[in-house]
Amino acid sequence: MVIYGTALLALCHLLGIFLGDLLGTLLGARTNVGGVGIAMLLLIAARLWLHKRGWMPQPTEMGVAFWGAMYIPVVVAMAAQQNVVTALRGGPIALLAAVGSVFVCGCCIALINRGEKPATVPHHAATAV
Amino acid sequence: MIELLEKTFQHNGLVLAFTLVGLVMWVAMQLSQRLTMGRVHGSAIAILIGLGLAYWGGLETGGTKGLADVKLFAGVGLMGGAMLRDFAIVATAFEVQVVEARKAGMVGVVALLLGTFLPFIVGACVAYAFGYRDAVSITTIGAGAVTYIVGPVTGAAIGASSDVMALSIAAGLIKAIVVMVGTPAAAGFLRLRTPRSAMVFGGLAGTVSGVSAGLAATDRKLVPYGALVATFHTGLGCLLGPSLLYFATRALVE
Repeated sequence: MVIYGTALLALCHLLGIFLGDLLGTLLGARTNVGGVGIAMLLLIAARLWLHKRGWMPQPTEMGVAFWGAMYIPVVVAMAAQQNVVTALRGGPIALLAAVGSVFVCGCCIALINRGEKPATVPHHAATAV
Repeated sequence: MIELLEKTFQHNGLVLAFTLVGLVMWVAMQLSQRLTMGRVHGSAIAILIGLGLAYWGGLETGGTKGLADVKLFAGVGLMGGAMLRDFAIVATAFEVQVVEARKAGMVGVVALLLGTFLPFIVGACVAYAFGYRDAVSITTIGAGAVTYIVGPVTGAAIGASSDVMALSIAAGLIKAIVVMVGTPAAAGFLRLRTPRSAMVFGGLAGTVSGVSAGLAATDRKLVPYGALVATFHTGLGCLLGPSLLYFATRALVE
């Protein structure tokens, strides 16, 4: 049933956020530390485990896949509720700090990614794209 | 008649949001195909339209949540809020290839650390250049350049003034918007085409909203890899901001 997949996703989500909060409290960070990331790892582990036992039929997978496909529309809705007015009113300090850090990080990303072994790129690209 | 329609919309906020976002997506896809021959990704245009609507909503209501502050479109707040956003991000993990993710583990951690320190240093330098000399303000603005959540969390922890907090939030917001809009255009320069490169990107570019939207507009398949790393970014920043980064800044300027 489709709901099994969605319920599995929800369970991983809740458990991940809870563990992230717990980790944040233990570390004294006053915030959630990697809750969504932990939830993602849980879901990956659950999928592998259930697949091995053949407990992951097509409808169950669809219960997760639908939400994965809804991801971009949700992001558009998220963009529509950003505080754009405040962001634009921040003036030159905010603008410079933001653009400067994006530029520096962008160069760093480009540098690291150029270090990726070129031989593996076509293989990666073939499986990823 | 109009009143009745308005009532229907207000009582079905989330459903109205689905309709509205569907419409925005359709318009964006048409623009992408007709005007740019598919060169600019439809998702990127949709996100831009979303930001434009947020700007309009902010001007209209004077609120902080863009279009979601307009009473009629409150459902957009639910659809794009943290709950459904995280739910959808977690769902994308279903497509992660474990072998690929494991291969990039170490470089992801390095990217996360760089993604916290580099923006902080840039933000702190800009604050210093504009005349801020106290460690609290410099740290808060620097933390804002990490993400718009790290900024206020750090500022609140070390006691920054509210205008400095606003500035740090603004810096983080602009960063998120620049990443959202700029990523598809810079994807070639960033060599953004493999799971590993997406994880490096997720760690360095930070902000979940910026990374997830930027990757969505570049290549949907890369989203889970970038998001997996980026979700640790804010937590790490909130951890280091009021502690290590603050102490280091204080030691340098005072």
